[in-house]
Amino acid sequence: MADGSGFSPAPAAAKDVLFGFTLAQLLAFGLMVAFVVISPFILYPVFLMNVLCFALFACAFNLLIGYLGLLSFGHAAFFGMGGYICGHLAKVLGLPPELAIIAGGLVAAALGAGMGWLAIRRTGIYFAMVTLALAQMVYFFCLQAPFTHGEDGIQSIPRGKLLGFFDLSNDFTLYWLVAGIFLAGFLMIHRIVHSPFGQVMKAIRENEPRAISLGYRADDYKLIAFILSAGLAGVAGATKSIVFGIATLNDVHWNMSGEVVLMTLLGGLGTVFGPVVGAAVIITMQNYLAEFGAWVTVMQGGIFVICVLAFRRGIIGEIANFLRVRL
Amino acid sequence: MSNTTTERTAGISSGQQPALLETRGLTKEFRGFVAVSDVNLSVQPGTIHGLIGPNGAGKTTCFNLLTKFLQPTRGTIHYNGRNITRMAPADIARLGLIRSFQISAVFASQTVLENVRLALQRERGASFDFWRSEAPLRAYNERAMALLEDVGLAEYATATAGSLPYGRKRALEIATTLAMDPKMMLLDEPTAGMTHADVDHIVELVKRVAQGRTVLMVEHNLKVVEGLCDTITVLTRGRVLAEGPYAEVSRNPEVIAAYLGTDPEQSGAMAHA
Repeated sequence: MADGSGFSPAPAAAKDVLFGFTLAQLLAFGLMVAFVVISPFILYPVFLMNVLCFALFACAFNLLIGYLGLLSFGHAAFFGMGGYICGHLAKVLGLPPELAIIAGGLVAAALGAGMGWLAIRRTGIYFAMVTLALAQMVYFFCLQAPFTHGEDGIQSIPRGKLLGFFDLSNDFTLYWLVAGIFLAGFLMIHRIVHSPFGQVMKAIRENEPRAISLGYRADDYKLIAFILSAGLAGVAGATKSIVFGIATLNDVHWNMSGEVVLMTLLGGLGTVFGPVVGAAVIITMQNYLAEFGAWVTVMQGGIFVICVLAFRRGIIGEIANFLRVRL
Repeated sequence: MSNTTTERTAGISSGQQPALLETRGLTKEFRGFVAVSDVNLSVQPGTIHGLIGPNGAGKTTCFNLLTKFLQPTRGTIHYNGRNITRMAPADIARLGLIRSFQISAVFASQTVLENVRLALQRERGASFDFWRSEAPLRAYNERAMALLEDVGLAEYATATAGSLPYGRKRALEIATTLAMDPKMMLLDEPTAGMTHADVDHIVELVKRVAQGRTVLMVEHNLKVVEGLCDTITVLTRGRVLAEGPYAEVSRNPEVIAAYLGTDPEQSGAMAHA
C-alpha cells in the first residue's frame, strides 16, 4: 500500500518528442547510433559485433522483465536455438545469411510459443523455475540431436553473401549488417513498448487483477510478449552464429540465461538503454580480462553483488534517476 | 452446464422485474471450511445494493465469487439472464460487469490520463497491435479528460498515478471504471481507509455515477450504507441473515446480535440509526 516512489508530488510525465522517445531518450539514442557508426573504425569489429548480438539479446530479455515483470530464466534456449537453426540452414542447406537468420528467429519464436504457453500459467519465482526447467530440456535436446553435433557444435558456418551480393567474409561489411539488425531490433522493441499493446502490457505489470477487471485477458498479452521476446533472442543468437561461424552448447547452457539476467540488471531493468550498456560492459570484461581465466566469473559475481547492494537501478537507471529523466 | 429452465426463471422468483445479478445456492468451500454457504442474492436493476456483515462473514469471498476471481464450489450466478458461473473474469468485464478493488487499484507508473485511456481503449478490442504507434490512442484523450474532470482530477492528468494521494487514487479508479461504461459496478469497500472528508466525497461520487446503473457494494462503514443503499443483504458466517431496506434490516434483532457479538463499535452505529 506504500505508494511512495520517492517522487516529489505529481511529477508531470515527460512528453514524447519523436517516435515515442522523450527528448532525453532521443539524445541517448543519437549517442548510441553515433557510437555504433564510429566504433568499428577504432575497435575490433568482431568484438563489437559480439557486443551488439548480446545487446539485442538483453533488450529482448528486458521486454519481458522490464515491461511485463516476467523473469525468464530460460532465454538461452531461444538464443542458442536461433544459432543452431541458422548455422544448420546456412551450412547444410546453403541458405543465404539473411534467410538463415530470419529462420533462426522464427524457430526460436515457435519454441517460445510452446515454452511460454506452459510457463505463463505461473508467476514470480515459479515462472522463472518453469522457464529454467524447459530450457534445460532444450539444452539436453541440443546435446543429443544429430544436427547440433553434440559437444562439437556446428562448426565453420559460412558467412555467405547478403542478398547474394555483399560478401560478408569482410568483417566491415558484416558489421553493418549486424549493426542494422541490432538497431532494427532495438527500434522494434521500442515500438512494442509504445504501442497500444505496450500500454496494456505495462498495465498488467502494474496491476494484473485490475487489468483483468477492465476486460484484458492478461495471459494472452504475456504469451504474445513471450513469443516476441523469444523471436528477437533467436535473431540475436542466429546473428552471433554467422559472426563467429560456430553454434555451440555454450549458447543454450543455463549459464547464458544467467548472463543475460546479469547484463540487464547491471544496465538497468526496465530502461530502454540499460540492457545495451549492461551487455557492453559484461562482454568488454570477458574480452579484455580473458587472461584472468576463471577469475572473470568471480569478478562478474562481485559486480553483481555490488550492483544489488549499491546501485539497484543499474548503470542507466541510476543515471536516469540522477538526471530525473527516463532513459 | 447452463440449464435453460433456470435461466428463464432466473429473477422471476422475486416477484418484481427480473434481477440483473442473481445467485442461487452459491457456495464456496476452502478445504472443508465453508466460507460462503448457499447464498441466494438478487440485485434489482437500477438499485444500489449493499452487502454487509461482521468481519469474517464471507463478504469478500462472496464478492470474489461474483467477480469471478474465485470459482464457486456449488451454485450458479446469472447476470442479465445469462449464466456466468464458469466465465473468466476478463470476459464478464466485457459484458459490462466491472469491479473495483479494496486497495486502490491504479496503474502506478502510468499517467492519470493513460489510466483512464486504458479503459476507453477496450472499445477498439484487445489491442494486440504491437506494431502500431500510440497515435490511435490519442483519439481517446478528449473523453479521458472529460471523465477526469468529472471526478475532479483534470489538473493531475499528466502526473503518474502512483504519485496521487490515496483519496484521489480512489477517484481515479472510479473514473477508470466509469470509462468502461459499465452496466453494473461491483465496489469492494469503496471508502476503506479513508478520512471523513474523503468518505463524503466518495459517497457523493458513487451516488452520482450510480444514476442509470446498478451497483453492488461491500461496505464496512454503516453510515455509508445507510446513505447510499436501496437494499441491504446481511451476511454472517457465510449465510444470508437478513435482506431488505436499511431501516428494516437495522431493526432486526438477529442482525443487532450478530454485530454486537463481534464488533460493538459497529453495532453502536447500527443502534443509532
